[in-house]
Amino acid sequence: MLTIKNLDVYYDKLYTLKKISLHIKKGEIITLIGSNGAGKTTLLNTISGLIKPASGNILFEGKEISNETPEKIVKLGISQVPEGRLIFKTLTVEENLLLGAYSQYSFGRKKHIMKDIDTVYSLFAKLKERRKQLAGTLSGGEQQMLAIGRALMSKPKLLLLDEPSMGLAPNIIKEVFQHIIELKKLYGLTVLLVEQNAKSALKIADRGYVLETGRVILEGSAEDLLLNRDVQRAYLGRDLDAEERI
Amino acid sequence: MIWDKEKESIQREELAQLQLERLQSTIHRVYRNVPFYRRIFDKNSIDPDSFSSLEDINKIPFTTKNDLRENYPYGLFAVPLREVVRIHTSSGTTGMPIVVGYTKNDLKIWTELVARVLTSSGITKDDVIQIAFNYGLFTGAFGFHYGAEKIGASVIPVSIENPKKQIKILQDYKTTALISTPSYALLIANTLIEMDINPNSLYLRFGLFGAEPWSERMRQEIEEKLKITALDNYGLSEIIGPGVAGECLEKKGLHIQEDHFFYEIIDPQTLEPVKEGETGELVITTLTKEAFPVLRFRTGDLTRFIPGECPCGRTFRRIDRIMGRTDDMIIIRGMKIFPSQIEAILYEIEGRQPNYQIVLERQAGVDQMTILLEMSEDIFSDVMREQTQLVNTIKDRIASEFGLSINVKLAERRSIEKVGEKIKRVIDKR
Repeated sequence: MLTIKNLDVYYDKLYTLKKISLHIKKGEIITLIGSNGAGKTTLLNTISGLIKPASGNILFEGKEISNETPEKIVKLGISQVPEGRLIFKTLTVEENLLLGAYSQYSFGRKKHIMKDIDTVYSLFAKLKERRKQLAGTLSGGEQQMLAIGRALMSKPKLLLLDEPSMGLAPNIIKEVFQHIIELKKLYGLTVLLVEQNAKSALKIADRGYVLETGRVILEGSAEDLLLNRDVQRAYLGRDLDAEERI
Repeated sequence: MIWDKEKESIQREELAQLQLERLQSTIHRVYRNVPFYRRIFDKNSIDPDSFSSLEDINKIPFTTKNDLRENYPYGLFAVPLREVVRIHTSSGTTGMPIVVGYTKNDLKIWTELVARVLTSSGITKDDVIQIAFNYGLFTGAFGFHYGAEKIGASVIPVSIENPKKQIKILQDYKTTALISTPSYALLIANTLIEMDINPNSLYLRFGLFGAEPWSERMRQEIEEKLKITALDNYGLSEIIGPGVAGECLEKKGLHIQEDHFFYEIIDPQTLEPVKEGETGELVITTLTKEAFPVLRFRTGDLTRFIPGECPCGRTFRRIDRIMGRTDDMIIIRGMKIFPSQIEAILYEIEGRQPNYQIVLERQAGVDQMTILLEMSEDIFSDVMREQTQLVNTIKDRIASEFGLSINVKLAERRSIEKVGEKIKRVIDKR
């Protein structure tokens, strides 16, 4: 579905991505793991057209999109849930969702859009309960669900999720990740998930890529990455030496 | 049947992308973690960020067996030893063996690869597999053992035993698949004939043979004598062990495992890639190995890519059966020996540069090695008893060094035929 080849990105005068190659097949959940500044968010922003690459290719369903505008890329079917959610706090839940359908909007489409909102509500029951509430009054977990729901309103084929677990309590993280699995299972959605919380991400992902200083240093099935000792030490927060002593 | 249809029948375009991704990440890991490769890259001004196509692999110098040997024992490991969960060695070549390590993931992948090879040979969970490879430092037995368990077959880890005992197990345990070297399979077949046992009374259906070169003629002989389907497979410890390539039931070449290894065939003289379909030396780069990755390893084995698609449905390319060695290495009963090793022993015993020739023959399906040794006149005029003693000393030394029983024949001075100025060291009549 998405094939990236030799992507070079300069950002803020820094060389942040060097010859990144990766691919995502339809229906896969792929996770990018890596420490702060490894280039994970830069990569997502490059895919969604917010940053232009210096060189390299991004093929989405066989079509080169590296020079397309963000608006066009959303229309083609890629939707990003930004880090920190960035919801409109002074608007209601439903208004936020409607904004997500911006790219779909045209005269006479209202009925379809309302149907899409119902689909989002069926997925996130809490959003339905709070449809008239201001988004700013939602809990962190609910705000994350709203951000995902809003991204779904543009009917994406590929969802880019940037740190959905950030600032959330462990049980809420679990809930959010459960929703991501449902999106894949019920709607066949393809997901590219960027996470600091590598353990949770690898548990729901099919495959993963490990980024270090703007380069892919490891690719593999999520299962293999969970077994990899470098990944365990650097990203899963396991003190292997301590475990061995026990 | 195909063990992992998604991978083994991958679209070629998708495979190329996967190989590029894995090559790029392997290069980064190797550059960071293996000082030997970092030095090679730095010395040749190769930027690890400069690989944007599979063809760019040409920038990397070849890794030779000697490079591996010089880094004995752990110099080329890309992970700390405590992350290594298994150690094997390549069958000893000159001097030091090559020590290879496996992480948990390496073992997992190895097991998968062998499961693919077994499945492509027609073996299923219903089979009873008799493994007649030596269980030890050699990768053959353990590789097949875990792969066979993975597919759910019943594994009998017989190891090396005398042929009569193997036959008793074949009969009593209702073995359906035999895994060994081809020469050992032939030995079993000939012993069956000697013992006057009808091969049709056995349950044996398949044989997977490897670890030494064999011919199509030998396949026919094994198949007729044992009444089985005999298939070829290829592997080497330096890469992973068995599982590097294996024949499918089409019997038209060995499928390589292109999602985990990158295979090239080069002219061993010019080191340039050969034309598609031409014979040359097989060169392998690991794409997923964690503990012991190698870049462009010269296997020393001669083969060719078989052009075209295989009707079996696998999209991985095929190589032809190994046609021999690029150097003069002798492979006998699955063991690799250099003439130089024999020479060293002879020199030591005789106390002078020996004139000798190694003759390899296959007698009753078993590889035999004979050393023809030219005698100096003074020894030759000596009494018979001393000659016999010399022959026995050589035999004993070789037996203790390689665990191999050989024949030694003494010859008169200058009786060994020369090609130009040199004696042809190895005459392979197999």
